[in-house]
Amino acid sequence: MNATPSRGARLAWEQLWAIVWKDLRAELRTRQAWMSMGLFALLTLVVFNFAFDLRVQDQRAVGPGALWVSFLFASVLGLARNITMEQDRGPMDRLMALPVDRSVVYLAKVIGNVLVISAVEMVALPVFAALYNLPVLTLPIIPITLLGTIGVAAIGAQYAALAANTRARELLTPLLIFPLITPVVIGAVRATEALFSPVYGDAPWLGLLAAFDVIVLSISAVTFQFVVEE
Amino acid sequence: MSAQVIRAAEAVAPEARAKPAAIRVERLVKAFDARPALRGITFSVTPGATLTIFGPNGAGKTTLLRALATLARPTAGTIEVGGFDVVREAHEVRLRTGYVGHQPYIYEDLTARENLLFFARMYGLRDGAARADALLARMELTAKASERVRTLSRGQAQRLALARGLIHDPETLLLDEPDTGLDEVALALLERLIEERRARGQTTALTTHNLERGLRLASEALTLVGGRAAYSGPADGLSAEAVLALYRKGGAA
Amino acid sequence: MQTVIHSPGERRLADIQRRAPVIGAALRWLRRYGEWALLVLTAAGMMLTIWASFVYAPTELVEGPIQRIFYAHVPLAWNSYVAFFFTLAGSALYLWRRDERWDSFARVNAEIGLVFTTLTLMSGSFWGRGFQGAWWWWDARLTTSLLMWFIYAGYLALRSYTGRTAQGARAAAVVGILGFIVTPINYLSVQWWNTLHPQPILELGAQAKLPGSMVAALMISLVSFTLLYALLLIEAYKLERTQALVARLRAEAELLEAEPE
Repeated sequence: MNATPSRGARLAWEQLWAIVWKDLRAELRTRQAWMSMGLFALLTLVVFNFAFDLRVQDQRAVGPGALWVSFLFASVLGLARNITMEQDRGPMDRLMALPVDRSVVYLAKVIGNVLVISAVEMVALPVFAALYNLPVLTLPIIPITLLGTIGVAAIGAQYAALAANTRARELLTPLLIFPLITPVVIGAVRATEALFSPVYGDAPWLGLLAAFDVIVLSISAVTFQFVVEE
Repeated sequence: MSAQVIRAAEAVAPEARAKPAAIRVERLVKAFDARPALRGITFSVTPGATLTIFGPNGAGKTTLLRALATLARPTAGTIEVGGFDVVREAHEVRLRTGYVGHQPYIYEDLTARENLLFFARMYGLRDGAARADALLARMELTAKASERVRTLSRGQAQRLALARGLIHDPETLLLDEPDTGLDEVALALLERLIEERRARGQTTALTTHNLERGLRLASEALTLVGGRAAYSGPADGLSAEAVLALYRKGGAA
Repeated sequence: MQTVIHSPGERRLADIQRRAPVIGAALRWLRRYGEWALLVLTAAGMMLTIWASFVYAPTELVEGPIQRIFYAHVPLAWNSYVAFFFTLAGSALYLWRRDERWDSFARVNAEIGLVFTTLTLMSGSFWGRGFQGAWWWWDARLTTSLLMWFIYAGYLALRSYTGRTAQGARAAAVVGILGFIVTPINYLSVQWWNTLHPQPILELGAQAKLPGSMVAALMISLVSFTLLYALLLIEAYKLERTQALVARLRAEAELLEAEPE
């Protein structure tokens, strides 16, 4: 090997951001993803309101759940679109012939997903705070949302590639993604709830979320190569 | 070469290795589950050669090129490209190899120039912008540099894909049917590019259904029939009729 | 085909027998009668378990007879953890070694684990109905058990969807590795959030909170259910390997039919 480790690491770092930049650029140009995800998130919040006939006292109980379900649905919608794109054009192939480590491709996809979902969340959160009358726009919501989003994006990126390669798209969302993402949603909902009605002796939800994210990210980064292999 | 000589050659430090074959394939088998696409192929290509891979549909041409490009993992046998093993040293092979497949495989929502810049960055090229502009000029795409790929014609996209494969000036260039969808001007350009690569001592391997063009470009030839090599060796003296006869005879050889 | 399948093991066995005759003879005996021995042991263990949990163990004072479900519930849950762990291990080894047998091992463990989880959920539900008055309640242990169930149901659905392809096997292996995350969450969940599920009865290193006879009955049951798991594993694995062989032979036959050479 004539590339020294430090040179290899620098190249990997540059490749990571090259992929992220490239994906974001394409996403910004098309805009469909952002629009449909954002509208879907808002619509979910409204539907919840009617479905549960929310009054002031219920909003505290149902609010965090409604928020995270709307985030989750919007994310999955974005992921599903991503998969369709991958299947039609086979862009993975374009990346696979390049001298790039598969874990770098995976992490780049996760970062891209996190950025897109976060942008949608930044719009949905203030709307949620207003519609549900809940004091969630505080500083701690940032790490909660970020950790929750990373969890969703980490699982989403791995399973999106998996579904694209096995053509198991119909199975993907209901059977593979949702059960694995549910712990993230539970953690995020509990952490959000604790913002306005703290429970004494509750579990360290943020720490659990972080641990979950780290485990999923590291396992997926290592196993991604097998998912995209032909 | 006897076994001893091979062992002696391997004992030397990699950079001092006698110039290895540009491509060395030994007993290559690639099966997709029970379905074999390649059934034990052995051949090698000298550095600087232009190899044309002939074969009827389903002969395994694309699978072979994808295996050379590290995209399809061999089921059995070994492949070395530029002296590097495609499984164990995939990264090294990818650094030195350009692959242009059936589809243009470029990003539709980026402009032509952005596409090339992206691939230049992926190879860690320092002079990416200069190379991108030079290749756009070479492929007569300068006027389309800031257009989104989505708006390009099939032939233009094909030329851009070619530019993408050449962005890092690879030692080995793998082209899967590069002549489909190209007009006469672009075809002449493609042939010139391949000739120039040969003059510089760089290796090119391509597949084509156009026997005349394939033979004109080739210095070495490989004919695949039913996943087996029906012919492998120098291209001189090989005629279109001879290749067709091989197709008909099947992979019995 | 018969000789090809058995010859490597046969050769290894002969090799061992040459060097250590006693061990070799024992292995040969196990090879021939091991499965029958396991079957007999499992059957005896199950009989003993029925006696221990319904006759030997005393009736619990607060919960009444319904508490006896616990002697099946805990071993089932425990063995489903074991099975899912082996799905994880088999999946990882398959990706690493690329040996199809590890893939089969992972798959049959997921099948057995799913059956055991189903039975765990059902027995828990019966107990809940009898003692708490509801078939289901959304607490930590039950929710995460259900998640575990969904994850491995998804794993098996993916397997049947992709068929016996290397691509499908690799994808399933990744799901088998990632999916295991929920198992420790399930185990630890009772400590993290309020739950109606009884706390772990047998904590390692902690003092037993139960009368000795109840612990004994649970131990008998644990051993028997583990034997049952081992028996199911061996039989399901052999079946799976045979099915894989049949599928491969059929595919090869079809190829030969398509292009006679």
